[in-house]
Amino acid sequence: MSEVLVLIDHVGGEVKKPTYELLTLAARLGTPSAVFIGDPGQAAGAAEKVKAYGAEKVYAIDDAQIKGYLVAPKAEALQQLAAQVAPAAVLLPSSAENKEVAGRLAIKLESGLITDAVDIADGGVTTQSVFAGGFTATAKVTKGTPIITVKPNSAAPVESAAAGSVEQFAVTISDAAKTAQIVAAQPRKASGRPELTEAAIVVSGGRGTGGDFTAVEGLADALGAAVGASRAAVDSGWIPHTFQVGQTGKTVSPQLYVANGISGAIQHRAGMQTSKTIVAVNKDEEAPMFELVDFGVVGDLHTVLPALTEEINKRKG
Amino acid sequence: MNIVVCVKYVPDATGDRSFEADNTVDRVGVDGLLSELDEYAVEQALQLKEKRSDEEITVTALTIGPEKAVDAVRKALQMGADKAVHVQDEAIAGSDAIATSLVLAEAVKKANGGAVPEVVMCGLASTDASMSVVPAMLAERLGLPQVTQASVVETQGDQVRIKRDGDTATEVIGGTMPLVLSVTDQSGEARYPSFKGIMAAKKKPLETWSLADLGVEPAQVGLSVAWSQVEDTAPRPPRTAGEIVKDEDGSGAVALAGFLASKKFI
Ligand SMILES: Cc1cc2nc3c(=O)[nH]c(=O)nc-3n(C[C@H](O)[C@H](O)[C@H](O)COP(=O)(O)OP(=O)(O)OC[C@H]3O[C@@H](n4cnc5c(N)ncnc54)[C@H](O)[C@@H]3O)c2cc1C
Ligand SMILES: Nc1ncnc2c1ncn2[C@@H]1O[C@H](COP(=O)(O)O)[C@@H](O)[C@H]1O
Repeated sequence: MSEVLVLIDHVGGEVKKPTYELLTLAARLGTPSAVFIGDPGQAAGAAEKVKAYGAEKVYAIDDAQIKGYLVAPKAEALQQLAAQVAPAAVLLPSSAENKEVAGRLAIKLESGLITDAVDIADGGVTTQSVFAGGFTATAKVTKGTPIITVKPNSAAPVESAAAGSVEQFAVTISDAAKTAQIVAAQPRKASGRPELTEAAIVVSGGRGTGGDFTAVEGLADALGAAVGASRAAVDSGWIPHTFQVGQTGKTVSPQLYVANGISGAIQHRAGMQTSKTIVAVNKDEEAPMFELVDFGVVGDLHTVLPALTEEINKRKG
Repeated sequence: MNIVVCVKYVPDATGDRSFEADNTVDRVGVDGLLSELDEYAVEQALQLKEKRSDEEITVTALTIGPEKAVDAVRKALQMGADKAVHVQDEAIAGSDAIATSLVLAEAVKKANGGAVPEVVMCGLASTDASMSVVPAMLAERLGLPQVTQASVVETQGDQVRIKRDGDTATEVIGGTMPLVLSVTDQSGEARYPSFKGIMAAKKKPLETWSLADLGVEPAQVGLSVAWSQVEDTAPRPPRTAGEIVKDEDGSGAVALAGFLASKKFI
């Protein structure tokens, strides 16, 4: 069977969960091989992790000439690896940056590209959610090496022991690719909560919070959830943009989404409509968000959320 | 200096959007408009021009799309762009991002007398397909750096600095013109066309080009040569109506806790 390349999603060598989901999907298309672009000293540690999810090989690419730049060098590195391996497909975790890497790679490899897949079936047929989650589309790459970016939470990771043998892969990055430079980077402060896009539960707040996210955060912590927000809350300066859910923020697809004081505009729905279970607290019973919910409470979030948090903590004992 | 700003004509997101029998987005039977996200690109192009008032800067709005798509560049002219180009050709219908970026790349060059302009400005994403890949593909095709998803744009001479919310960090990215720049909806409110702007737009140059004008073969674009094919589209099944309760004296929280427990979330 041909290899399927899976780009490892990691921060400083720490492998993130979407990687395992992608390896699970990759096994439907061929033999998964993981690609580690990072500090060579961290490759072995990452390989230990991914071999439990079916990675036969781990290609280690030194990121010395890659990390200081935007997108283009990563695309060149993957192009060179793909040229050697001739993979059946290349899978990347759907992030803003990886979609751009995939776009450039598609042009280089003269291959079709599918972004934001939520499933990949045998034979490479992908499922995507389109038009703000209003439609589902199935698609297939018909030219070249399928390049597919896959959203977090698209598959339940299946453990499957494999060799995970590390192979160094040397790349040559052109000067032309090193033209957009990362001048400064301020890593996000760890909140101690799960990553918004990966979390199983997301608790969000909107304009209805009136700027006080304490109740939203309290509930999030009782549920072990990530915190999200509407654009109105972000535009008001109550919470940084990185917490925004929606068309121009993050797309989330958790097991449970709790929308508090969020009216449910189409642009917000675009980012959360595919959540498995949806709950809303809103004082306006006409709020469009209630059209989406499995359970809704018409009430003031400032009283409902603290009471709910207390009730949950009580039940947890 | 020349700025070409790429704007897309998209179906109105608040209306009923649908697909044609061949699974392409229905762009003809529905109301459309200049993609809201591309208004931010026009705004940043105009601000760049205004901030560098000692230079001669031409802002050209460029769109690819069906007949009605001309509305997108018209709006850009009303906002203040100097000229506009509408690429329209039967053969383009159904093109994927790969073919779109091919046509855009040729049109960007032609709009600038054959050379790449100092700045190719794009929006964050089109509000219909929403792939956010065209700017990267355009950069690849034009052999340019991409400085994308900017929330703040600053330039000095041929140097460009942007701020953006990266996936794991807030970043400052630097690049040298010529380059492809894309901006987010955090970059600053887009202006409304003034009455004067609307009147002035009527006299501004607006050209319509076909594929032949660009030297692109019809066989290179369109649905039939797309590198990926949509096999099927279906409306998402409506969610079954959920239970809605009114909170009275704390009853809402208890009911909600009961629901969450029944679903094993607590
Ligand atoms: C191009 C574009 C992109 C956009 N992208 C996004 C995006 O990515 N994400 C996004 O979220 N939005 C986005 N928007 C904005 C979107 O259209 C809405 O304006 C926004 O989602 C509204 O946020 P909200 O629901 O918090 O505020 P509102 O619409 O003002 O709703 C507030 C809600 O809170 C309720 N409320 C008030 N007080 C209380 C209380 N005490 N207790 C309980 N409920 C209360 C009200 O009844 C109301 O329903 C975008 C818009 C555009 C044009
Ligand atoms: N048909 C088009 N005409 C002009 N510009 C486009 C077109 N399609 C995409 N773009 C540009 O590319 C950006 C990203 O689009 P997309 O990759 O489709 O999400 C848009 O915000 C536009 O600036």
